Amino acid sequence: MMGCTDQTSEPGGERDAHAADAVFTSLLEDSAEELYEQAPCGYLSTLMDGTIAKINATLLDWLGLEGSQVVGRMRFTDLLTVGGKLYHETHFAPLLQMQGEVSGIALDLKAADGARLPVLVTSKVKTSQQGEPLLIRTTVFDARDRRAYEAELLRGRTAAEEARRQAEEARRQAEADRARLQEALAVLQQSLLPSALPEIPGLEAGSYYHTASPDLLGGDFYDLFALDGKRWAFFLGDVCGKGPQAAAATSLTRYTLRAAALHDPDPVSVLSTLNMVLHERYSSGDSRYCTAVFGVLEHGEDHVSVQLASGGHPAALVQRADGSAEFLPTPGGMLIGVLPRAEFTATRTELRPGDTLLLYTDGLTEARTGPERELYGEEALHAFTAAQPAAGPQALVTALTGLLAGFGDGLDDDTALLALGMPPVSAPAPDSET
Amino acid sequence: MDIRVRNNVTVTGRADGPVLLLAHGFGCDQNMWRLIVPALAENHRVVLFDYVGSGRADPAAWNERRYSSLEGYALDVLEVCEELDLRDVTFVGHSVSAMVGVLAAAKASQRISRLVMVAPSPRYIDDEGYRGGFSTEDIEELLESLESNYLGWSAAMAPVIMGNPDRPELGQELTNAFCATDPDMARVFARTTFLSDSRDDLKTVAVPTLILECSQDVIAPREVGAYVHSAIPGSRLVTLTATGHCPQLSAPQATAGAITEYLGTAA
Repeated sequence: MMGCTDQTSEPGGERDAHAADAVFTSLLEDSAEELYEQAPCGYLSTLMDGTIAKINATLLDWLGLEGSQVVGRMRFTDLLTVGGKLYHETHFAPLLQMQGEVSGIALDLKAADGARLPVLVTSKVKTSQQGEPLLIRTTVFDARDRRAYEAELLRGRTAAEEARRQAEEARRQAEADRARLQEALAVLQQSLLPSALPEIPGLEAGSYYHTASPDLLGGDFYDLFALDGKRWAFFLGDVCGKGPQAAAATSLTRYTLRAAALHDPDPVSVLSTLNMVLHERYSSGDSRYCTAVFGVLEHGEDHVSVQLASGGHPAALVQRADGSAEFLPTPGGMLIGVLPRAEFTATRTELRPGDTLLLYTDGLTEARTGPERELYGEEALHAFTAAQPAAGPQALVTALTGLLAGFGDGLDDDTALLALGMPPVSAPAPDSET
Repeated sequence: MDIRVRNNVTVTGRADGPVLLLAHGFGCDQNMWRLIVPALAENHRVVLFDYVGSGRADPAAWNERRYSSLEGYALDVLEVCEELDLRDVTFVGHSVSAMVGVLAAAKASQRISRLVMVAPSPRYIDDEGYRGGFSTEDIEELLESLESNYLGWSAAMAPVIMGNPDRPELGQELTNAFCATDPDMARVFARTTFLSDSRDDLKTVAVPTLILECSQDVIAPREVGAYVHSAIPGSRLVTLTATGHCPQLSAPQATAGAITEYLGTAA
């Protein structure tokens, strides 16, 4: 079109416009009457009381009625379903009277053959120049497709609400179940441990149990109890595995140890008895074993003598009053319950004022630490213990509890601690139980 | 809770005039009375309110259980009366509110001393020996219509409409705001209204009662008006030449005139 700036020579000029007008005029031969009657929507006018004064052919066709049946004989509400009438009277009519117009209201028309016709209705009040309401003009649009689609949406929403309600209910139920389970597990776990350590004259004891998961029963256990007026028995151990089966084996182990100790407190015989009991289970299908340290305390003149034996358990550690620490090795002690006859190794030591005997499970030494997530290990435990002031069993347990807490998620197993000792002589020991 | 805010209470008219308490029915809100308030306000103290669940009442006060029976709505009426310490009240109830007024008057005769029932019906569903005009299925159809028409109500706009009683223009700007109601609350009110049966309660009415019925009312046809009239001894029945269920909108002058004439307070 470059250079074509002369308007008179442009295509689509004045002459063409005349031609187009002629085409439009031929298309627009419809009279206003025909535009009204054959409009693609229903159209009606009513008096203020709803009496139908005029209605177009489109709407009559939808309704299956003749104009003579309707005009002057029916009210607009007569064309509605009963529910639609109620809606009209409670919402549509008041709004129309208050606002002068209402648009896009979904209603159902009732055709002569009883069929329901979903429509969208818009009404406007025509007023005189003085503002007096004269009549109501109403357009009616076929809304079958739209209403069907809305019904789909509504169904979808209802289904989604129902699904949400059910999910919420299931979640609540699951939470309640979990809370009940945890409560039961906590009670069961408690039953595997002494509720409180007994008070022993001239002796101090401390203990701690770390539960790795509230949903899983751990297999660690310990106990401290009187044998007679002079002697006390203690044990600490670990049944392999977790969960209800491990808890059952732990319970069996604890009560076997207690019963065996009352019969014959010699540490090696006690562990041998436990080995027989667990092995019977082991050979009949429940392949669980345990490791444990069992010992007896006896008061001497100025000390407490300790006799203990171990079956496959990490060596006990003694914190001395002079600031040193030493393991009590029991080499050759075998896992308990695996073989029909097991060898256990005994050892002995003496605890003097300020000395503390520490028993622990491998949750402590196998905790992961540092950026490399290395095993904490027995060497580190030895160094940590030696570095603590010799302030008695409870102080040592408190220090170790802090150590465990510092491991964070590096501590992923249950851990039991049991510390026994003579309180330091010089210390005022305000926390001491004795 | 501040009852005035909760029920969007409006007080107008002569401060020392006898009290008219106007209660809207199911559908819209206190705006239903707007065309007759000016005439009534000349000689009365006019108190208007929205039931919880309608208009600009506080939606936070909604309690589905309470508002699933007409007693819950009657409690709103009594609490408004107590909050404003209204006495010697003429309770004007439209549609279902006429029955709410019956319950309220039975509980607080010391406050409510007259009833004006506008297009009342004690039961909408037909029963043996009684014609209310509707079947249970019809009511289900109405509930469908409620589902299909939100009338400008939207969860997003509701706080704007409800939370600004001091700035009514906020609501007025919204088309259809007078009838814009939380659809869940509207459904409960609809069920409570149209499934109610207050015929026995009519026997408890012990205060002077004016019944206004319309000559052409789909919801409360004339035989229902006659039923209410005969059930309340000493009541007066006035038939207004009006079409529809809301004479206070379609025939405001006649409606206001009938009320003031009955009360002997015609201007």
